[in-house]
This record gives sequence, C-alpha cells and structure tokens, in this order.
Amino acid sequence: MSLLNVTNLTMDFGGLRALDNINITVHENEIVAIIGPNGAGKTTFFNCITGMYTPTSGDILVNGTGGKTHRINGLKPNKVTEKGLARTFQNIRLFPDMTVLENVMIGKHCRTKASVIGAVFRGSETVQEEYEIVESSYELLRKVGLENSVNNLAKNLAYGEQRRLEIARALATEPVLLLLDEPAAGMNPHETKELDELIVRIRDEENIAILLIEHDMKLVMSLSDKIVVMDYGKQIAQGTPTEIQNNPEVIKAYLGEDFA
Amino acid sequence: MEYFLELLLGGLTRGSIYALIALGYTMVYGIIGLINFAHGEIYMIGAFTALIIASVLTILGFNHLSILVLASLVAVIYSAAYGFTVEKVAYKPLRSAPRLSPLISAIGMSIFLQNYVLLAQTSDFMPFPNLIPDFDFMEPYAHVIGSSELVILLTTAAVMMLLTVLIKFTKIGKAMRATAQDKSMAMLVGVNIDRVISVTFIIGSSLAAIGGILVASHIGQINFYIGFLAGIKAFTAAVLGGIGSIPGAVLGGIVLGCTESFATGYVSSDYEDVFAFTLLVLILIFRPAGILGRSTTEKV
Amino acid sequence: MKLLTSFKKSFLVSIWFMFLTFPIMVIRVNPIEEIIEWRWWNMLLVGGCSFVLSLLGRYFLEKKELMAKRVADSGVIATTFKKRLFEQRAFAVPILIIISFAAIIFPFIFSTYQTSIMTTALIYVVLGLGLNIVVGLAGLLDLGYVAFYAVGAYSYALLNYHFGMGFWAVLPIGAGLGAVFGLLLGFPVLRLRGDYLAIVTLGFGEIIRLILENWNDFSQGPSGIANISRPSLFGTQLGLEANTVYLYFIMIGFMIFTIFVVNRLQNSRIGRAWIALREDEIACQAMGIDKTRTKLNAFALGATWAGMMGVVFAAKTTFINPASFTFLESAIILSIVVMGGMGSIVGVIVAAFILILLPEYLRAFSDYRMLLFGCIMVVMMVFRPQGIISNVRRTYRYGNNKGQDINHRETEEV
Ligand SMILES: Nc1ncnc2c1ncn2[C@@H]1O[C@H](COP(=O)(O)OP(=O)(O)O)[C@@H](O)[C@H]1O
Ligand SMILES: [Mg+2]
Repeated sequence: MSLLNVTNLTMDFGGLRALDNINITVHENEIVAIIGPNGAGKTTFFNCITGMYTPTSGDILVNGTGGKTHRINGLKPNKVTEKGLARTFQNIRLFPDMTVLENVMIGKHCRTKASVIGAVFRGSETVQEEYEIVESSYELLRKVGLENSVNNLAKNLAYGEQRRLEIARALATEPVLLLLDEPAAGMNPHETKELDELIVRIRDEENIAILLIEHDMKLVMSLSDKIVVMDYGKQIAQGTPTEIQNNPEVIKAYLGEDFA
Repeated sequence: MEYFLELLLGGLTRGSIYALIALGYTMVYGIIGLINFAHGEIYMIGAFTALIIASVLTILGFNHLSILVLASLVAVIYSAAYGFTVEKVAYKPLRSAPRLSPLISAIGMSIFLQNYVLLAQTSDFMPFPNLIPDFDFMEPYAHVIGSSELVILLTTAAVMMLLTVLIKFTKIGKAMRATAQDKSMAMLVGVNIDRVISVTFIIGSSLAAIGGILVASHIGQINFYIGFLAGIKAFTAAVLGGIGSIPGAVLGGIVLGCTESFATGYVSSDYEDVFAFTLLVLILIFRPAGILGRSTTEKV
Repeated sequence: MKLLTSFKKSFLVSIWFMFLTFPIMVIRVNPIEEIIEWRWWNMLLVGGCSFVLSLLGRYFLEKKELMAKRVADSGVIATTFKKRLFEQRAFAVPILIIISFAAIIFPFIFSTYQTSIMTTALIYVVLGLGLNIVVGLAGLLDLGYVAFYAVGAYSYALLNYHFGMGFWAVLPIGAGLGAVFGLLLGFPVLRLRGDYLAIVTLGFGEIIRLILENWNDFSQGPSGIANISRPSLFGTQLGLEANTVYLYFIMIGFMIFTIFVVNRLQNSRIGRAWIALREDEIACQAMGIDKTRTKLNAFALGATWAGMMGVVFAAKTTFINPASFTFLESAIILSIVVMGGMGSIVGVIVAAFILILLPEYLRAFSDYRMLLFGCIMVVMMVFRPQGIISNVRRTYRYGNNKGQDINHRETEEV
C-alpha cells in the first residue's frame, strides 16, 4: 500500500520555480532517498509536503493514521503531523533551553489530550497520561542512544546527538512516514554508521517508512529501496540504487561532466 | 473646498513630520530587524536640545537667524550622538540574542530617556520659541497654509532628496543597501557592519531631530512625553508604507497624516489618536507587509 | 596592562557621556524670567558615574562571556545555593514556614498603611505571574496587558455603580471579561510575528484607555468612578482598618492560588507546549502543536488574571480613572517579569517585591522609579537575560518504577 502519493507537485517563489512537476510515491516499509546538488529543491519538497509551504499546484495524498486517504495540500504543519508525517530539519531546530527528555515529550503533544483544566486539577487520568508520556519518551531516547543525557539541556548536546534527538522527537509523534533532511550532515564515519543502523531499525521495528535527503552516497546506496534524483527543481531520475548508479544523466548532473 | 484644502495641507504637514521620524524606524528595521522603540525619545531629545540652546542664545541676545541655525545644528548633532550611543549601549551587545531581547531593551531605553529628561529638566510643558519667521509673501494664503507649514513641507522634501542621493550614490549608502539585503553576504564582501549600523542610527536620529525642531516650533510647546505618541504614529507610518522601505515610509507618513487630518476635520477630534492606533492595528493584521512591501514566505 | 586599557576606555566613555548629557543635565532655562541655571555639579556626577558604570559593565560582560564558555565546555552547572534552595526539601521547608508565619502576622504588627502597601505589592506579584504566562512561558511580548486590568477594574466599578453588585459577585465576571477580551484581541493578532504582536498589543492597550477617557456616557471619562464598594465579609461591610487587613488576606489567598495554578500549568502538557513555542515556533508546529490555539490559551489565561486583579484594584482604591491604566503600568509589570527571569515563579515574586516596595520605602527612590525600571530592562537584557533567578528545568524520574508512584521532583516549589 502506498503511504505518500505526490503527483505533479510544483512550487514557485516569485519568479523562481523551485519544484517542477515532482512525482514521488512512498510505500509501506520503504526507504526512499532524495538526492541532488545543493539548491535542487529537496528541502523545499519537504516543506511542501509537511505544510510549511503551500504548493503552487499538484496533489499530495497521504494514507495516514486511521487508514483513510487525505489530500494535505495547504494543511497546517500540525495537521500534517497528526496525519502521520513527521520530519527533522536540515538546520537542527530543537528547543534549546528544554531538557532532552522534554524535547521528546513535546513530540507526544498531538497524541495526548490533557487540557488546561486537567493540568490544574491533575486528576488521575492526567497523572496517568503524564506517566505514559515520560516513560515512552524515555524509551525513545534509549532507542536512539541518548539515555545518558536525559536531563541535559538540548543545547548542550554534541552535534551528532542533537541530530539523533531530532529523530527521537519526530518518532514521538507516532508517524507512519518519517522525513529526514540530511540526517548525516556533520557526522563522522562512525556516527554515520550508527545512524545507518538506527534508520534500518526504525523501519524494521516500528514499521515506519522513511523518506530521506542525504548527500552521503555510501549511506544512500546501502539504505535505500528507491532513489529519486533532483536537479534545478526537476526530477531527473528515479529507480533502484543500481539503476541510479548506472544512469548517465544522473552521473552528468550529479558528478559533473568528467564522470560521464 | 477651502476647508478641504486646509485639511489636506494640514495632513501633508503632519504627514511629512511622521515621514521624517518614520525613516529612522524603517532604516534601522531594514538593517537590524529591530523596532527601535527609543526612536521617539530621540526626536523628543532633539526638540529639547533645540529649545535649550535657542533659549540660551535668546537670553544672550543673538539674532533670529543665527539662533535658528545654531539651535538646529546643535540639536541634530546631539540627537545623532544619542542615537549612536543608544545603539552601542542597548542594542549592540544583544545582536545575537533572541529576537525579543533587543525589543525589551529598546522599551527600557525609551522609558529611561523619557524619565531622564523629566528629571533633569521638567515635567511641565515648555513654551518653544517660534524659530520660523512669518513670511510676508505668504500673507494672502494665510487662511489655508501658514509660513511654518510651508517651511515644514519644503524642508522635508529637501531632506528626502538628500537622503535618496546619499543612499543611491554614496559608498556608505551602497553598503547600507547591501547590509539590508543580506547581512552575512555584505560582511563577506568586506562591509563593516558595525559602521553601517552606527551610520544608520546617526542618519535616522538626525532626521528625527529635524522633525522635532519643526514640530516644536510649529506647535509652540513640548514636554518629555511627546516622543511616545509621535514615535508610535511614525512607526504606524513606517508599517503602513511597508517597513524597511524608504519611499514606503514617506508614503505611509503622508497617508497617515492625511487620514488623521480628514478624520478629525470631518468626523470628530475626540478620537484623534484612536484613529491612528486603529489604523496601525488594522494594517498589521490585514496587510503586515504594508502598501509597498512584498509578502514573502519565511525560509525554513 | 589590561586594567590600564580598561581604565583608559572608561575615562573616554565618561568624557563622552559628559558631552552627551551637557545640554539636558547642565543647562536649565527659565524662559519667562530669562534666567539660565548652570548645574556643573551634574556634569561631574555624570562623569563619575559613567566612569564607574563603564568599568563595572566591562567587568560583567567579560564575566558573562567567560561563564558562557565554561558552561559550554563542561555541560554542567555547579550546584549553587539557589539550586539547593529549590531542590532540597530539608532546606526549602523551614524557609517556607518562616515566610508563611511572617505573612500571617504582618498586618497585626504593622500599620494599616504598611498593610495597604503590602497588598499593592501582592497585586503586582499576581499581575507579574499572570503576565509571566504570556511573556515568560509562551514568549508573546504583550505590551497591552494593562488593558485587561482596566477591563476588570471598570467591570467592577460599573456593575457596582449601576447595579450595586458586590466584589465577590463581580470577581468571576471580571475574570471572564478579561478572558473574553484576551480572546477577542488574540484571535486576529496571534498570527503576527513577535515584534509586530508587541506593537499591536500596545496599540490595543492605548485604544482601550482612550475610549475610557473619551466615552463619557459609558465610563464617566477622565474624572473616573468613585465610591466603589469595598469587599464584604459574609455580607457585612467592615470598617476601613479591618477592610485593609481583609484585602491583604484576600491577596495572600490569590497569590497562593496563582502560584499553585501557574506551577501546575508550567509542568504540564500545555505548559511544555508554551515553552516550546517560545523556543522555536516552526519546530513546534512540525511536532503537531496547534500554534494559534496554544497561543490563544496563554493569552486568554494571562488576561484572566489581569481581569481579576483589576476587580481587586478597584475594590482596594474605591476610585478608578483611565490614568491608572497607561502604557507605563504595562511597562512596570513587564519589568517585573523581565527582572524575575522569564518563566521563573520565584523570580517574578522577588522582582515584584523589590520593584514595588523599594520605591515605597526609600522615598528618595520614588522620583527615580520609572528611570530605574527603564534601566533595569536594559541592564537585565544586556547582562542577565535569564533574570535574577533563572528557571531551572524540571527533571523527571523514569525507568523501572511502574504504576502511579512516580515521584516528580519539582524544581520550583514555593
Ligand atoms: N522561502 C523561500 N523563498 C524564496 N526562495 C526559496 C525559499 N525556500 C527555498 N527557496 C529557493 O528554492 C531553491 C531550492 O532550495 P532548497 O529546497 O533549500 O534546496 P536543497 O535543499 O535541495 O539544497 C533555492 O534556490 C532556494 O533559494
Ligand atoms: Mg536542503
């Protein structure tokens, strides 16, 4: 079953066409990678499907939480998250002055319901809910390997840890599809390898499909079921890692004329 | 018809003063993205300095023209110095702080400067000498436009032209435009950001001082609190025209001045200030980019 | 060597400030009698003060940078007295007992006048805590907070004047009207960017004041409304002295209630959402938080407190007019929140007492009150943006202990 179905997506900024007729489908349990040079429009694509930008035209359909199909163009970001899409950011956007645990607890917000009244009276239902939030958030932190920094402030984490915290926070929203924007940027080879394992684990253990933007070719080739190549807002190729590796147009666009 | 003309000219006069002050808001906002809340106080300090110097010179027996020139000059220099100092003390240390910190600092500065003048001088209204002479050739038109209104309009026009030339053609003007567009890029190509910011504050404050002198001499009295209302209205003008845009500030000033003039002339004068505030609230809600501004998508 | 250069720099700074303040500080003209007064002492004063302040400023900025570096290096902050105060029960409980005891006997050992001042300070504590929800927790700079205070005060004054309604009957109405106005204003403006929001709320506050000033039929204009009833105790009106004590205890009750509510809120799902919103709006929305609704919650809740305090204020002074609700009032409450450290309950309480009581008891200060407030806002932002008492984030227990017995450690208990 397809989770995400993007057809003819186009996005203009004034005169600039940042996305030109993009078509991407992501199926259950799939890992799909988007690659392309800087400025190709990859992040813009993420922003369009997560409701940060309203696309100029095209359709974005999600078979999300609850099993119904929703058209999510122009929906607010929080509504998109409720439908089961969660993302990380290319430039890390954590809540710097909150603790690591609290950052993840925020992710639980849209799956819980305590109100102002509930918070003041703190009835047994609210207490139970809080308890579950703390426990499941801690569980997620263990999963990404941050169990030793639970009560540190997010801003005091190392760079690679911050990236992993962003993933944990996104997982806390209980998504069906996780969107990762350059998760390995700034990581050393060892950290990248751990990230590789983490992504596979998320897919296998949680049954979450993954759409990722990445420049690290080794990571992309080893992880992906399918790769989409973008250049200047256009989708220039799509296929399995082997197909992409042997596609002359991709080699030309991505690696430069010399390799062709 | 004559009443209409009178209101129109009154609106233009008012509007050009708003425009003079609004330019300071817009230029600073364009460069560092800060609503310089203390800008109204710089205008007030300009007016006060002019008042003090003019009174001293009058007592010392100087003639009319030299008083006008000297008092204006000193007031402009002092306002510029205050603007420069305020930036160094209250904003510069906060350049990398969260967005609201410099705004709170600016509000604090504004309250501080008001009370500084209140304590060092007086809380009463002070009579301001009429520095602008009554021209004989204006006599026949006196019922629609006075001499001081004419001077205000002409001075504003001249100042605007000077500013345009400065920004379009001089080196510092280019640096200012470059900084407004992209601060880090400007820094990379060798623009001295600190200097550009200082110059922006100095120019904006000088313009405010000119506005202060013109208004004070036109209305005839000032106190420590005049900066608050003038500041808010000028800010409204800047937003109305599209904050960050220099022609926008002028246009916004004129539109606001005329709106106020007609509203008080034809509707009611009780709610004069309510009109301005309501206009401000309405624009910010419905068209925050202003008349000349373009709305953009924030990059994520 | 370094000391010498900083002396040299401070000297230049003091020369600059002597020049800068020359016309306004030194010259005073009486234009009617044509007398010029030259106040050279002021120049020396400015010179001396700016020299010392510049030296101190340099020292503190350096220290701040050093601290930031040290914290970034080690990742942990050393246990301080402050932390011990808030985290260890053995330490906090006796202090609490002493404070409660002092609060109870206060009106019986001090004069009515002192009690009345203390009540005023308590009103500001509660106003500060209310605004703290909006500014400190949710990060929405509200410069028109006084408008909601005015709404509360006028609702009591008018309902009392026209229909003879009593304090306790109007209290919930004032709170409700505060909330309604908060929602009314919040709905259109909360989509605005932070600094625009500040200006719009300022404009809104001024509009309310100007309407109260000009709409004579409704509000009796600038002359205000007098003879507002004081609160009654079980239906009986008390004498002036007894009533002051009564109001004092009402305010003590309010303060405890407010602290209780705010403390619970800030460690709840909603409170966390507010703080996250303050930290990063975009990330917050991407995590599934409804931005508008969360902001509206904070805004309306803050306004509710202002509305309630407005009712208390009207009952305390028995006379209100629009002059009590100027922008400066908003600025005072804001400086309490800023000085207290945005988001910290204890900080706000301490700051409110310092800022309201100091000018009352040190008469010499009272003229310099607003000057001081302006100064505090700038100085706090530059040197200590986290306030006098920074908010320590709460820590949670997690892991193996199952069931309901998770024992949360509150970092801010009062
Ligand atoms: N909010 C925006 N306004 C204007 N232009 C934008 C905006 N967001 C992205 N762009 C432009 O769209 C293009 C694609 O950018 P982006 O999606 O960030 O590229 P990538 O992530 O592939 O490196 C760039 O030319 C960028 O400048
Ligand atoms: Mg990108």
